[in-house]
Amino acid sequence: MDHVIVGAGPAGIIAAETLRKHDTDCGITIIGDEPEPPYSRMAIPYLLAKQIDEAGTYLRKHDRHFDELGIEIVRDRVTGVDATANSLALESGASRGFDKLLIATGSRPATPPIDGVASPGVLPCWTLCDARRIIEWARPGAEVVLIGAGFIGCIILEALATRGATLTVVESADRMVARMMNATSANLIRKWCEHKGVTVHTGATVTAIEQGRAGGTLAVALDNGTTLNANLVITATGVNPNIEFLDGSGIDTAQGMRVNNQLQSSVADIYAAGDVAEGIDFSTGGHAVHAIQPTAAEHGRIAASNMAGHTSRYHGSVIMNVLDTMGLISSSFGLWDGADGGDATELVDPARYRYLNLQFEDDRLVGANSLGVTEHIGVIRGLIQTRVKLGKWKDKLMQDPTRVMEAYVARTQAIGYNAHVL
Amino acid sequence: MLKALKLEPQHCTGCMQCEMACSYENEGVFNPAKSRIKVFTFHEAGRFAPYTCTQCEEAWCMHACPVEAITLNAQTGAKEVADAVCVGCKVCTIACPFGTVNYNQATGKVIKCDLCGGDPWCAKACPTGAITWTDADQTGFQRMYAWAQQSPAGEASYILPQKKDPAAYGPSA
Ligand SMILES: Cc1cc2nc3c(=O)[nH]c(=O)nc-3n(C[C@H](O)[C@H](O)[C@H](O)COP(=O)(O)OP(=O)(O)OC[C@H]3O[C@@H](n4cnc5c(N)ncnc54)[C@H](O)[C@@H]3O)c2cc1C
Repeated sequence: MDHVIVGAGPAGIIAAETLRKHDTDCGITIIGDEPEPPYSRMAIPYLLAKQIDEAGTYLRKHDRHFDELGIEIVRDRVTGVDATANSLALESGASRGFDKLLIATGSRPATPPIDGVASPGVLPCWTLCDARRIIEWARPGAEVVLIGAGFIGCIILEALATRGATLTVVESADRMVARMMNATSANLIRKWCEHKGVTVHTGATVTAIEQGRAGGTLAVALDNGTTLNANLVITATGVNPNIEFLDGSGIDTAQGMRVNNQLQSSVADIYAAGDVAEGIDFSTGGHAVHAIQPTAAEHGRIAASNMAGHTSRYHGSVIMNVLDTMGLISSSFGLWDGADGGDATELVDPARYRYLNLQFEDDRLVGANSLGVTEHIGVIRGLIQTRVKLGKWKDKLMQDPTRVMEAYVARTQAIGYNAHVL
Repeated sequence: MLKALKLEPQHCTGCMQCEMACSYENEGVFNPAKSRIKVFTFHEAGRFAPYTCTQCEEAWCMHACPVEAITLNAQTGAKEVADAVCVGCKVCTIACPFGTVNYNQATGKVIKCDLCGGDPWCAKACPTGAITWTDADQTGFQRMYAWAQQSPAGEASYILPQKKDPAAYGPSA
């Protein structure tokens, strides 16, 4: 069996390793277009913060890791897929056949439609190559404008501050991290950022980026009349799955590559995983591009099991995020915005920047937002994904949402309710 | 023979010796807040439940880690955090459905139970046998498994809802 994986990010690498666990003899080739050893984009903020070097971002730390597993990594770019002939066209001019194919090409940052967005000094923060350029531009005292206060924008703020940059954030939505946090918590994040010296514009869009008056600077014009001076502009306005090379292949795509509950595409031998995949969302049952690391890891493993012939179906991935914005930790799980007809409870402690919001459907937890609460936080995922019936614990949580871990232990361990005591 | 940490809430009296021992041995301070094992108190019923990482087979934390900072100790079966590699991204803390990986703001790293390298102090400190370090014989392992799997009870919607294929999520060696 000859398995080919396109993309050497976390989804592709985890899939390759999982395939090897299932089958010691099969051929496993990963085709990736980036020059570095397989690395993790997620680690880039810590590289920018000088906490690690480039090697610290590598997905696997031992030089011979892939050789020892008999996983071949080829540097090339796939330009087309012939889904009938089971063959790939490569940028180098070669072609490559496969028995089973995994598309794990990830996403790439969207380029906002702004005049001057192609100017030098305007960059996304997506690859190691971008990181090197940011390091060059974000010198101490540099004025940095971040377009987009989404998840990735927020996560790199602290790293940029560590480098001595002065920060301004411009977000078109009415609040920061609008796709992950509700208004109450997002407004606290904003207050925190401002307190830390970051200037935040929400409900504002950048209309143009022009050469500034001082040499080497940029003038960033906003629709609210403000013009910002910048040495560096970082765009973080969302991502788009890398699916263009599938054009004409007949593979079903929408926003990303459509896959079923086995991570299989509309073509039987072709699977997708990670940021490129529009897989099943646990909470809604519909399809969604999550573009997060835990989903990429889950996809990689499940796709590989199925490719190896071990049928494994699943109920989808829970969308979840944990974010550190200049030291304020927030998290988001599942239907944080609520379920139809469901109940919600909230703990708001603005003075301490603590917040917790739990969303229920009947007596089950379906979503949450938190701020400044980190202990046992994963149990929220556990409660959501295992659909634990909370019974009387729902009322306790409605009164005190911080008791989630207790609720979990009480409802799942051989004590309390389970021993018919509570 | 592989050993396992066995937790039996029915024997727990809530004395917190385990939390003290854990925080002292691992963090150098007698501070339950820094303990990797936690005793939950259910006042209404006067019951206690010690709870920590089950070193679960799925190892959600390990698989979610973007930089290979969590690895399997083949001798003990523990999933261990390498502080020098951990970047503090906290993805493992939300990925662990048992809530047993925590972020330590003071160090900027995550902490979880590592079975003290194969000689867990919580078990040594427990005066009532609620926490024991026992041979992970067939039954022991099954108990552990059952314990770790209790959560999806009934309406299992875990990652492999149809049928658990141990090979798919087996111990990664
Ligand atoms: C700065 C930053 C911070 C982040 N922080 C977090 C976080 O805190 N939590 C979280 O959950 N997620 C975070 N993410 C997102 C996370 O990194 C992604 O979800 C994850 O990398 C997805 O993995 P993947 O393997 O699907 O895709 P990728 O990591 O993007 O890998 C895909 C690979 O395929 C290659 N490729 C694309 N097209 C082709 C082709 N045609 N031929 C060959 N190769 C190709 C790409 O160049 C790339 O190397 C962050 C991302 C960034 C950029």
